[in-house]
Amino acid sequence: MSELTPDLVRHLASLARIQVTDAEVDRFTEQLALIVDSVAIVNKAVEGDVPATSHPIPMENVFREDVVEPSLTQEQALSGAPDSAQGRFKVNAILDEE
Amino acid sequence: MNEIIKKNASELVDLMASGELSATEITKAHLDRIAEINGTINSYLHVTSEAALAVAADVDRRRAAGEKLPLLAGVPIAVKDNLTTTDAPTTSGSKILEGWIPQYDATVVTKLRNELMPILGKTNLDEFAMGSSTEFSAFGPSRNPWDIERIPGGSGGGSSSAVASYSAPLAIGSDTGGSIRFPAAVTGTVGHKPTYGAISRYGLIALASSLDQIGPVSRNVLDAALLQDVIAGHDPHDSTSLPESLGSMAEAARNGSVKGMRFGVIKQLSGEGFQPGVKKRFDETLALLTANGAEIVEVDCPSFEYAIAAYYLILPAEASSNLAKFDSVRFGMRVNPGENATIERVMAATREAGFGPEVKRRIILGTYALSSGSYDKYYGAAQKVRTLIQRDFEAAFAKADVLISPTAPTTAFKFGEKVDDPLAMYLNDVATIPANLAGTPGIAIPNGLADEDGLPSGVQLLAPARADARLYKVAAALEALHEAGWGKRMMDFAPELKVGA
Repeated sequence: MSELTPDLVRHLASLARIQVTDAEVDRFTEQLALIVDSVAIVNKAVEGDVPATSHPIPMENVFREDVVEPSLTQEQALSGAPDSAQGRFKVNAILDEE
Repeated sequence: MNEIIKKNASELVDLMASGELSATEITKAHLDRIAEINGTINSYLHVTSEAALAVAADVDRRRAAGEKLPLLAGVPIAVKDNLTTTDAPTTSGSKILEGWIPQYDATVVTKLRNELMPILGKTNLDEFAMGSSTEFSAFGPSRNPWDIERIPGGSGGGSSSAVASYSAPLAIGSDTGGSIRFPAAVTGTVGHKPTYGAISRYGLIALASSLDQIGPVSRNVLDAALLQDVIAGHDPHDSTSLPESLGSMAEAARNGSVKGMRFGVIKQLSGEGFQPGVKKRFDETLALLTANGAEIVEVDCPSFEYAIAAYYLILPAEASSNLAKFDSVRFGMRVNPGENATIERVMAATREAGFGPEVKRRIILGTYALSSGSYDKYYGAAQKVRTLIQRDFEAAFAKADVLISPTAPTTAFKFGEKVDDPLAMYLNDVATIPANLAGTPGIAIPNGLADEDGLPSGVQLLAPARADARLYKVAAALEALHEAGWGKRMMDFAPELKVGA
């Protein structure tokens, strides 16, 4: 019934950068299939041309005065990082060796 | 039990003004209570005793010097752990943020500090506020003081249980689909979700940005109003912050009245199918209102039937985007799966280890709802439902001044009952979710005990956007009617909490 398959769940998890175990894939596939089937009724609710609401109380062009305000120092910005070097966030290689 | 901790915030204000109690005595009494019961109730993930006592001492010193103090100066408060604090770890109930100390205070926290309110500590929640029971907290569930085998509601079960167990007179909550109101209902306390934008979200770790709203948690309506007056107001740091003031909530609460008010009973949330004791107390409340000069009308909100479905598309979609920032780079946990692992594998391993099951479920669901091919079918349709729900509210408020429903379908359930059944868990918020989708305010107050289990049930009042004051006015009046009928306060029904047994 549902289009949620283990392969799709694995693919979605990889898009979301979450490593998943086989057991998790099985459990999530079953649970998410039920959830997706149940939320699909939103399609039945809407007839005709209804505008979408992205924001409950719409506001436009919200600006503040263009003045410099205090912000975090470099040290503060790096203080919570798992690793840093030379004033920068330090991470593993971006690209595979191949 | 030390009598100090049973006092409401407004009573503490008076006792400090008359010199009967000092802020230090009050703060110490609450810290003692926390030391006594937190091992059992687990309301607090982190207690900030020293900082709280320092603020209390400062208040006492200033008062002795004859300084004019802010109204709630010296009244201690608990803060939900998804608000950033520079002097305490902020985890949002997640392992991925364990030990993180933010570099800035949330605007709400700054306002509490400016008010000279001692912050007792940070309260527990379902991980990133995803849940209705605190069972999804990475740091263990909080317990319901009415029965420690039962959930205190969620996500704000730390705040609700702190207030209900007298380990704080006031607390801050956040409400994305009911996370203030559901915990209030099941712990016999008061919680208000203000109009979207009434309170700055700056420094609130976002779950779903278009639904999240910070609000007050307390044991009575006036206290909630006093607290909302402290934390409300425009903030240039939050672009969704309302520019205008919504007026004094405390003044509204002090002028409680239901006479001549039209209460709309929502056909779809009239209590049919709810736990019988919840429904019975609700019907009695309608009769009580009628007997006191209010008018009861029925309103039809057909799109509310789709509210949970729309919510569980919009929320995961926004959450999957908001939680992308937990990527092992700028803050929080990093798990390295191997010496030459690329950053992509580090991120995936970190998020696997750092996130719990409900967070993973919702991120994957949100990723699905936003993916090409399902965007229109799911996310797009859900946003249209949101419009229909707003229209239903508009039509309802043409016939009624406020809407009324049970806050939740049931009383507090037992641990483990729903934790493996996401759909059953999601139903707890059936009555609270519409207000988040529409951005309108909602207050939950106690509504007596259900006959079958003797546990608290709640009643919810809803008003149009920006009409928070109207809710405080009618909620204060209904609370007074209830207390007159019961001959005591709701919390006086609670059994004495036995700890360490």
